[in-house]
Amino acid sequence: MTRPTLRQSAGPAFSRILGIGGVRGELVVPNDDLVGPIDSSDEWIRQRTGIVTRRRAAAGTDVLDLAEGAAHAALEDAGLTGADVDAVIVSTVTYFEQTPAAAAIIADRIGATPAAAWDISAACAGYCYGVGQADALVRAGSARNVLVVGAEKMSEYIDPTDRSISFLLGDGAGAVVIGPSQTPGIGPTVWGSDGSQAKVIHQTHSGLQWRDQPELGWPTIRQEGPTVFKWASFQMAPVAQRAMDAAGVTADQIEVFVPHQANMRIIDQLIKQLKLPAGVVVGRDVADTGNTSAASIPLATERLRREGLVSSGALALQVGFGAGLVYAAQVVVLP
Amino acid sequence: MAHSEQEILAGLAEIVSEETGLPAESVLPEKSFTDDLDIDSLSMMTIVTLAEDRFSVTIPDGEVKNLVTVSDAVSFIAGAQS
Repeated sequence: MTRPTLRQSAGPAFSRILGIGGVRGELVVPNDDLVGPIDSSDEWIRQRTGIVTRRRAAAGTDVLDLAEGAAHAALEDAGLTGADVDAVIVSTVTYFEQTPAAAAIIADRIGATPAAAWDISAACAGYCYGVGQADALVRAGSARNVLVVGAEKMSEYIDPTDRSISFLLGDGAGAVVIGPSQTPGIGPTVWGSDGSQAKVIHQTHSGLQWRDQPELGWPTIRQEGPTVFKWASFQMAPVAQRAMDAAGVTADQIEVFVPHQANMRIIDQLIKQLKLPAGVVVGRDVADTGNTSAASIPLATERLRREGLVSSGALALQVGFGAGLVYAAQVVVLP
Repeated sequence: MAHSEQEILAGLAEIVSEETGLPAESVLPEKSFTDDLDIDSLSMMTIVTLAEDRFSVTIPDGEVKNLVTVSDAVSFIAGAQS
């Protein structure tokens, strides 16, 4: 018997971001609202993080609501509808159901059913992971238009008495639609992980431990702040540099820099390490949105566009990094 | 080649000066990073990273809390070279 030769899919040569949208939590939470239980001050938080306020979602708003809002906004920006989307990727660490995936529900809510849909868990690097996946799916011919959503209700994951990370965190969702392009729009994704440092940013205990020992209380998140600062500030610059090298661009050609919005001092150190020129527009949304994990890069980007600080076609360097440890970076052309 | 303690102090003073804006001359061995030089934990990690680079040593994150004074850092770096 002669075996047939399989066909394999092939897609367009290039992909790009077609539209961006974002939604922030409805509540504006200033530092003064959080400092009591952690014996801190507005000045201390501003000086160490650059955060003045953070956005948090109201009790009746869940992570799916945030994700859906961002998805609609991205579709509108792209001039598409849900019916045009054939894959949905949601990156989140704050959707507290093991199954089914948030992505399938979002796909249905936006009218994209029967789009392929799945969630990814890559914490604060999740958006850049999603962009990398979407780029590959489009160019492989596996999907025409892919919706990537980073959505987090981090306020469900915090301990008001925790001095390590809780006061940094905010709620929101950012989304992009990625589809075929006549010209290159997404540079190669440089990504990786280091599970040997899994404890550096971690959950206090698992859901199973909470079930078996209810006295432990609801699991929340912690970090070793100085260690994370050192890793993010000094090891993510070479990752971002590799993304520029892979895309064939140099620091002086970058017009926009949108790192994960973890801490203003990490952002400033990355700019220094990367030797980005003074004129580069930098996403600094962390100052009043806080750290929204997987949502932070698309939120910071949509804000720069909404405020008219960046133009269509601009080259943007984005780098995400977080719990895992995991990281991913790429250079993209803004829509 | 190993750096002398004198060279380490001078190099560390430059790094601290660059990070904090303080004059390098004020970075004396007996000064406490926190109490005298007003260096917070994040700036300390920056200084440690730049010192690791400059003197080709490794300063484990867990060791940083023991580097209370400039002299502590100089001694640690000098010892880590050998």
